[in-house]
Amino acid sequence: MSIGTPQQLEQLHHECSAARDRFQKRVIVCCGTGCLANGAAAIVGAFQKALREREINGFTVEAVKETGCHGFCEQGPLVVIEPQGTFYTRVKPKDVAGIIDKSIAENQVIETLLYKNPVTQTRIERYPDVPFFSHQQRIALRNLGKIAANDIREYVAVGGYQALAKALTTMTPDQIIKDITTSGLRGRGGAGFSTGKKWRTCASVKDERRYVICNGDEGDPGAFMDRSIMEGDPHSVLEGMMICAYAVGSQQGYIYVREEYPLAVIHLQKAIDDCEREGLLGDNILGTGFSFRIRIARGAGAFVCGESSALMKSVAGEVGEPRAKYIRSVIKGLFDKPTVLNNVETFANVPIIISNGADWYKSIGVPNSTGTKAFSLVGKVKNTGLIEVPMGITLREIIYDIGGGIINDRPFKAVQTGGPSGGCLPESKLDLQVDFDSLTAAGSMMGSGGMIVMDDRTCIVDVAKYFLEFLVSESCGKCVPCREGLYQLHRIVTRVTEGNATEEDLARAEKLSEAIVTGSLCGLGQSGANPFLSTIRYFRDEYLVHIREKRCPAGVCKPLIRYEINDKCTGCMACITACAYTAITGKKKQIHVLDQDKCTKCGACFAVCTYQAIDVI
Amino acid sequence: MNHDFSRLPELIERHGRSPESLIMILQEIQREYRYLPCEALMQTAEALGVPLSRVFSAATFYNVFSLNPKGEKVIRVCVGTACHIRGAKLIQDQLENFLNIKAGNTSEDMKYTLEVVACVGACAMAPVVTVNEKYHGSVNPGRVKKLLKDK
Ligand SMILES: Cc1cc2nc3c(=O)[nH]c(=O)nc-3n(C[C@H](O)[C@H](O)[C@H](O)COP(=O)(O)O)c2cc1C
Ligand code: SF4
Ligand code: SF4
Ligand code: SF4
Ligand code: FES
Ligand code: FES
Repeated sequence: MSIGTPQQLEQLHHECSAARDRFQKRVIVCCGTGCLANGAAAIVGAFQKALREREINGFTVEAVKETGCHGFCEQGPLVVIEPQGTFYTRVKPKDVAGIIDKSIAENQVIETLLYKNPVTQTRIERYPDVPFFSHQQRIALRNLGKIAANDIREYVAVGGYQALAKALTTMTPDQIIKDITTSGLRGRGGAGFSTGKKWRTCASVKDERRYVICNGDEGDPGAFMDRSIMEGDPHSVLEGMMICAYAVGSQQGYIYVREEYPLAVIHLQKAIDDCEREGLLGDNILGTGFSFRIRIARGAGAFVCGESSALMKSVAGEVGEPRAKYIRSVIKGLFDKPTVLNNVETFANVPIIISNGADWYKSIGVPNSTGTKAFSLVGKVKNTGLIEVPMGITLREIIYDIGGGIINDRPFKAVQTGGPSGGCLPESKLDLQVDFDSLTAAGSMMGSGGMIVMDDRTCIVDVAKYFLEFLVSESCGKCVPCREGLYQLHRIVTRVTEGNATEEDLARAEKLSEAIVTGSLCGLGQSGANPFLSTIRYFRDEYLVHIREKRCPAGVCKPLIRYEINDKCTGCMACITACAYTAITGKKKQIHVLDQDKCTKCGACFAVCTYQAIDVI
Repeated sequence: MNHDFSRLPELIERHGRSPESLIMILQEIQREYRYLPCEALMQTAEALGVPLSRVFSAATFYNVFSLNPKGEKVIRVCVGTACHIRGAKLIQDQLENFLNIKAGNTSEDMKYTLEVVACVGACAMAPVVTVNEKYHGSVNPGRVKKLLKDK
């Protein structure tokens, strides 16, 4: 059917949710990128084969629902049995028969497939009781893991496109902008600019054409929430864009997706095609006279293309170099027309704000940062994954309550937020509230939401070097302070990691940073010195140990460390196999010998030795 | 290298013959030939009516484009932050050693290309290596060799 009027949408909603309710049991298999990598496709296949009969022991069973990412990819493939909410982790195809016989036919749980709480070592049966999920509040990620990503009927079943219908038939563009402004929604792509204000400016520019662009570039290494939303709930992004387009008066939208996300492109394209077929995109949407189309533009692997002016050039098929912003892109953007650019997560929040109202949204979070924020919690933390939490939660709650603490219970050292432009916060900041302004005040930033946890075996100087290296290679090279300044800064920090730097070098680096920050044209350069500035602010001591004692306390910087075998060695031979440089010799059951001249300090032996027989000195 | 360029006009048509489509067209060409042959770039410039220099600057600005042929298996080591913290460098070292090529290069027999990328968006399973389109998570030194044999 085609959805030509709000009434038809309403009718389809009832039809689709009734179709969902017809089943007494549902098998939900996560088919996000993470779970697919761990073999989810085979699980789906096994269920499909076994569940051709949909009536099992009196239960009507829906064969399988392939959903987007729940965020707990490390434990994948994940299988959830609804309505009980039984939550199975690391499922293998051979487990499928058992799940059908026991969990579906008999309502029993299979202990060994349940998630084991790393803190208490107890097994947890239901999805909402897993600490990783129970401390979260999901708004932007509301549908992830719940509905099939590739089926518009699933989205409509849970109330999808109702916000669009409400906006188009009961609200004026001005009211929508007012609502979004009142909700306090700030852009989730980094800078945290008020979304309502941005829309207002764009709408007020006199021009016959306007564009709406969704920034799906997600260039920050270590972040993957935009990917998960585009793959797992593409319609919520489209709906957000449509509401924006109506509010600002645009007829054409673009979604810019980075090269590394092919599955996101497929799912978004399917969603766009389905909407066009149903009449939700195109001319005269829902019979209201509003017309809008969306095209996908693919990135080609350039971090700087996430920056607004560069992105718009790239969409236009040019080299993505930023331009000076005397005139902002809301006024003169894509093809020199007024353009709204928002992040994926920002758009995903829009429909639910329109549905539930600005006051509802404003009541979540803290006054200057309302609502929730999605983070990718990764690094040396026990539960890694994608989370969404109310603004104002502390770093400690995120890392310890949701993340379960540090791997192997090692000491916490730092958490890096905000991607390459952000910063590292030390233990003393663990009780810091997470919101736009607090993070900035502490010398880091929200950025797009990567949260990388580090333990005592992570070297802060190495991390700074890592980010600088990234920025040097991603700088577009247009302006000197960024191109040359970051390069020199990287050289100085590299010298620290080699034990060849002096304290004067540090002073010089601080001065240089100032020049880079003030002299650069775009956000990349302007925040490019942050990796150095934020680490030197909180971890000066660690820099000084490298310089004065020529030592890397974390055991990371190669020129300053060496590996040695101690007498705990059992002669298990594991390290010999791992060493690609034949630097280790020894016989079975005898203490091994490590030849320092051949050793490249790659650390493979250290990684494989289970007897703590290798020391890093 | 000899190529069959008969499908080229079709690839160029696919996204519409306008300068705006340049990057998408280059993506198509790269998918087809696994790199951007010079001849294809010249034809693209002509078809879109843009200077060859503009085509070349796009082809060299973006990381995914390659002017040199890639191997049958493209192995990408993620060196994004999450992977870096969990030892991506070691994985890169090992791959360079086993394949006997540095990252960014292709083996002489054209079997393997080794690349580093900053985040493939599967950070929860760091460190990650992709072989062609397939993802491998939680890669440890012991698994690297096996990974190369794997389809
Ligand atoms: C170097 C650089 C890279 C950026 N990368 C991204 C990105 O990958 N994704 C994103 O949404 N915003 C990115 N931004 C921010 C965008 O320029 C822009 O502010 C944002 O997309 C606006 O959307 P929002 O208001 O919804 O946050 C980047 C900015 C800079 C300076
Ligand atoms: S600051 Fe760096 S990335 Fe930005 S325009 Fe200048 S050189 Fe290019
Ligand atoms: S892996 Fe460890 S215990 Fe085994 S031989 Fe090597 S050093 Fe000894
Ligand atoms: S550090 Fe690397 S090169 Fe050195 S002995 Fe261990 S495995 Fe071999
Ligand atoms: S992909 Fe399944 S939980 Fe992330
Ligand atoms: S950092 Fe490696 S997948 Fe994101």
